[in-house]
Amino acid sequence: MQKIIEMAEILENEEIQDSIFRMTLSLPEISRMAVSGQFINIYTGLGENILPRPISINEIDAIEGNIIVTYQVVGKGTDFFSKCPVGCELKVVGPLGNGFDLSKKYEKNIIVGGGIGIPPLVELCKHIEGRKFVFLGAKSKPIYEDDFRNLGAEVFICSDDGNTGMKGNVVELLNDIQPEGDMLFSCGPKIMLKYVSKWAAENNIPAQISLEERMACGIGACVGCTVKIQKKGDSDWQNLKVCKDGPVFMSDEVIWDD
Amino acid sequence: MTDIDTTVNICGIEMKNPVTTASGTFGSGREFSDFVDINRIGAVTVKGVSSVPWKGNDSPRIAEVYGGMLNSVGLQNPGAKWFIENDIPFLKKYDTKIIVNICGHTIGEYCDIAEIMSDADVDMLELNISCPNVREGGIAFGTVAPMVEKVVKSVKKYCKKPLIVKLSPNVTDITEIAKAAVSGGADALSLINTLMGMKIDIKKRKPVLANKIGGFSGPAIKPVAVRMVYQVCKCVDVPVIGMGGIINSDDAIEFIMAGATMISVGTANFMNPKATTEIADGIEKFMYENNIKNLSEIRGIID
Repeated sequence: MQKIIEMAEILENEEIQDSIFRMTLSLPEISRMAVSGQFINIYTGLGENILPRPISINEIDAIEGNIIVTYQVVGKGTDFFSKCPVGCELKVVGPLGNGFDLSKKYEKNIIVGGGIGIPPLVELCKHIEGRKFVFLGAKSKPIYEDDFRNLGAEVFICSDDGNTGMKGNVVELLNDIQPEGDMLFSCGPKIMLKYVSKWAAENNIPAQISLEERMACGIGACVGCTVKIQKKGDSDWQNLKVCKDGPVFMSDEVIWDD
Repeated sequence: MTDIDTTVNICGIEMKNPVTTASGTFGSGREFSDFVDINRIGAVTVKGVSSVPWKGNDSPRIAEVYGGMLNSVGLQNPGAKWFIENDIPFLKKYDTKIIVNICGHTIGEYCDIAEIMSDADVDMLELNISCPNVREGGIAFGTVAPMVEKVVKSVKKYCKKPLIVKLSPNVTDITEIAKAAVSGGADALSLINTLMGMKIDIKKRKPVLANKIGGFSGPAIKPVAVRMVYQVCKCVDVPVIGMGGIINSDDAIEFIMAGATMISVGTANFMNPKATTEIADGIEKFMYENNIKNLSEIRGIID
């Protein structure tokens, strides 16, 4: 998969929830190449923050040539992005990583998103043809609930504080609803993915999960962002790169650290 | 306009320009071939290779710090066999030289990999006795002068290619280590490897890196690197490959003026995937603008 450097004009950059921003970037080339589940590297250009920020693709608008990302302000880099006005340009490298595997169609699809892991699942949802059962969790209010509904999904909501939907986490929600599925797709905090994977295994549902790890280059060179993966048939695990071998892995191949 | 000659020669190997890559920041070039023309790089110094595959350390392995980054990768690599079958054929498609960074846990392992790579189609070997992220070998060999001399001398018996020894900055006196490497038989020196550093996540009250401590690199370390290259070039006669925080051609020229024959681009590759070729272009431009025909005219001009 070819990767390119492109200067992106910011077309929109709006706070949609406390410290969560939705940014539309004009990326005619990258938007043409990208698929759901991939990410882009956005550079701050600041001397102190030397590394790019790897951010998942929320939506791809290949017709307009735009990529939408939704990010949370967690440090200096994302704080800088949040203050960039419409019209300013950011350096972007992408598309990076492998997307979700959509080579097979499934009748019943379960999609599980947590917190700032929800955005890439919106683009994913557009490309799934069968029934879609979407489970979203967040501290107080999951983002993009309506977007999933508009894409024809049956949406179930939970929150840590009980502000929206069921009070609890997405695994409790899954246990409550007990959906049937032929494939599960998930993105969210590592601890959530660990228990979603366990739930999928217990219910004999294969799961594609999108992982995250601290990375430097995003293109497979620095070998910084590894996770322990044991491929089917292998006698031992290996450290694979989230950026190049992932970010999407089959959940039964992931070795979870405690 | 002057006819400029950007070539440099280290141990009889002629490179088209003084730009190479710092081991571990450029893979084997494949990852960057979407962004740069590898033919424009004097030599590609590949990620460290050991005789058998190494798994490396646990994640997180990366932490960003002010003006730089920490890494604790721990020399994860798929081993010599994989490297010979996959990376060498890839690099051979390009008109560039190949420098293989070699690593081991013991003197025996260093000798094994030196022997294996001596028979491979590569141009030079770089002995990594300065990685701060492996418990055995690595930096343990690179910080005590008699040990440096001993490991270099041992490896030289098995090494049939020019041998570059990569030095650690985590020492009291870099010149003492440099002299020990040269008396052990080093044909060239490269410096600096990363500085040992640490970052603590104050919310979690624990280190960011799983390994706790890692190697500090990036633009913030450049003054330390320039100083060490300068000191080493004053006390040894072998060619020096300078590195540490180079992000543009002005930085590269600084290292050459400090005495370096070649320069390596490292962490800058993560900041700008085109860093290597932009620096090669920038050096040429500097030569034109300053009427420099050959880099030897400015190499080591600082008293």
